Amino acid sequence: MSGLVVAAHGSHLNPESSRPAHEHARRLRRIGAFETVRTAFWKEEPHFREALRTVPSEGVYLVPLFISEGYFTEQVIPREFRLSGWSGWESDGTSAEAVTLSAADTGQTVQYCGPVGTHDAMSDVIVRRAESVTGDPDVGDGVGLAVVGHGTERNANSAKAVEYHAERIRRRDRFAEVQALFMDEQPEVDDVTDFFESDDIVVVPLFIADGYHTQEDIPEDMGLTDDYRNGWETPARVGSHRIWYAGAVGTEPLLADVILERAADAGADVPPASERERDNGIAPAVTGPT
Amino acid sequence: MEREPVAALREAADPTVTFDGLTASLADGTLQVSIDGAETAIDGTDLDGVPEAFVPYITNWFYWQILAPQRPPAYAFLRWLEGASEDFEPVPERYDALEDGVTRTWGQLRITTTRSEGGHRRYELGHVADETTPLADLDAHDDVADAEEIARFDERGRYRPLKTAPTLPSGWVFPDLGPGDLLTAVSTLYPATVENWHRERAGDLDVTHYREAAERQTGRYQSVADLPVEALEWAVEACCVDSQCLKRRAWDEDSETDLDVPRGDGAFPCREPCSLFVAAATEWTDQEREASRTYTFELTPSEKAQLEAIIDAVADGRTDAIREADLDEGANRYRARYLRAKRFADGQLPTETHDEE
Repeated sequence: MSGLVVAAHGSHLNPESSRPAHEHARRLRRIGAFETVRTAFWKEEPHFREALRTVPSEGVYLVPLFISEGYFTEQVIPREFRLSGWSGWESDGTSAEAVTLSAADTGQTVQYCGPVGTHDAMSDVIVRRAESVTGDPDVGDGVGLAVVGHGTERNANSAKAVEYHAERIRRRDRFAEVQALFMDEQPEVDDVTDFFESDDIVVVPLFIADGYHTQEDIPEDMGLTDDYRNGWETPARVGSHRIWYAGAVGTEPLLADVILERAADAGADVPPASERERDNGIAPAVTGPT
Repeated sequence: MEREPVAALREAADPTVTFDGLTASLADGTLQVSIDGAETAIDGTDLDGVPEAFVPYITNWFYWQILAPQRPPAYAFLRWLEGASEDFEPVPERYDALEDGVTRTWGQLRITTTRSEGGHRRYELGHVADETTPLADLDAHDDVADAEEIARFDERGRYRPLKTAPTLPSGWVFPDLGPGDLLTAVSTLYPATVENWHRERAGDLDVTHYREAAERQTGRYQSVADLPVEALEWAVEACCVDSQCLKRRAWDEDSETDLDVPRGDGAFPCREPCSLFVAAATEWTDQEREASRTYTFELTPSEKAQLEAIIDAVADGRTDAIREADLDEGANRYRARYLRAKRFADGQLPTETHDEE
């Protein structure tokens, strides 16, 4: 039986940073498809360098709990996990699937998967987030959806992942409007209401964990509150618009399914989605039209 | 359904089994078993008909060869916990000790192994500080997933970015764990320590020394390769001693150059500078790029002593323990505020600066 390692950033300062990784790992353990499910972190423990030795299996699926392909998935993770022969995924920035590599320190065979953030099933998690924050399982009619990413000029892939899912969800014709917005580049989330005609807007940040950006910057930048410490209403009124602001999409329980899909795409033997739902209370990610 | 120890031994004893003083072999359907100075033949498949002296040896074999996790680091750790790996004691003596419980410490963890029915071992996991606290006064847990929350914050609710810092809160216990759950809890509280300890015992711990670890860094941490060796010594003294981290430092500047700072007395090794150390080294690398200057400013002898006391109190994490009205303490809040009011106009110490040549 294979092992699964969920690799996440973690933090020296923010205790919430690693929580989604731990919680998704716990959900995945309950499925029982892997001999072991471990977390590994860049800033916490076990560190990327020492995670594989805690996995008894010869074969390991390594899934980065990151939003986009970039510095961490391309440089840091392959280097720190000592993956011999890594030369990239041959990806266009959102199309990484998996490569088979060998770990230099343990000799394990590692299926190094693309990040969760660019998997098609992530679109469903974003929609699920919109449903959960509005409390409406059919949310969409007359409602605008903003998918918000960090964006960074250093890494074009950061924005690509956000635009990719915005486009996929737009094509489903479920929401009146769908926009990709960013913190650090145009179009900026500060001006969120300028980009929507709909009065009602759901804002879903495409971040793995809640922290400074999702709980302080974005709510203040959008004008949901003057001071994040005072909190904000859900929905909050900004001008003539009502804004439902969801926390980081990475905290949505359904994300555990995306991790599983990543491993399944790389060859892992996982139970079909329908059985997962029955056995574990984890709803399957239904991949919609692309 | 769990198998019977004798039935399992019968299956395993062809060819001969030898383990912890037990020798067993199957010949013509009869199980021949010998222990120190005694021998018997067992016809049946359960323990009822087995002479009493042989029972501990057979159940001990059953636990270690059939029930216990066989992954080498896990197995070695569990053996070490009950003293079966060194200072070898014959099984009956070990069983007597397990009757009361055999306790080992692992960082701030206290792990007590006891014996239950049929050779099974049970494990109680708690904090060393709670050794004499009655179980009823501790928060008892049976779900090892709870260990994550225990490890996340210290006694005062502050986030613990370093799992092996000696700041694990007390007041909790996992009173009755099986071997698999015990290992999960230990690996949650102190990740990878069992694996690295096992590698070290086997002589194949993959140590990465500072210079090699620094060369690997990219991005915001790339600069740490420039940290001078004397600053590396100070950094290790600041971060890696037992009062700050319970791992025992196995790495040095490089494989040729040992650092002078004590390595620590921890049970488990530290095989390379951790992410927290590398992040701190980035800060110190930047600071070490500044040249020293000579400043002239005025302090009374008591004020100089007070500054020293403040540095000590902060560095030793004692500021919270200094009582509000304890004016004898240099790091007392009122004393510090007085010094600031007198000497630090606008928060700065007025100085004359003399640039070094």
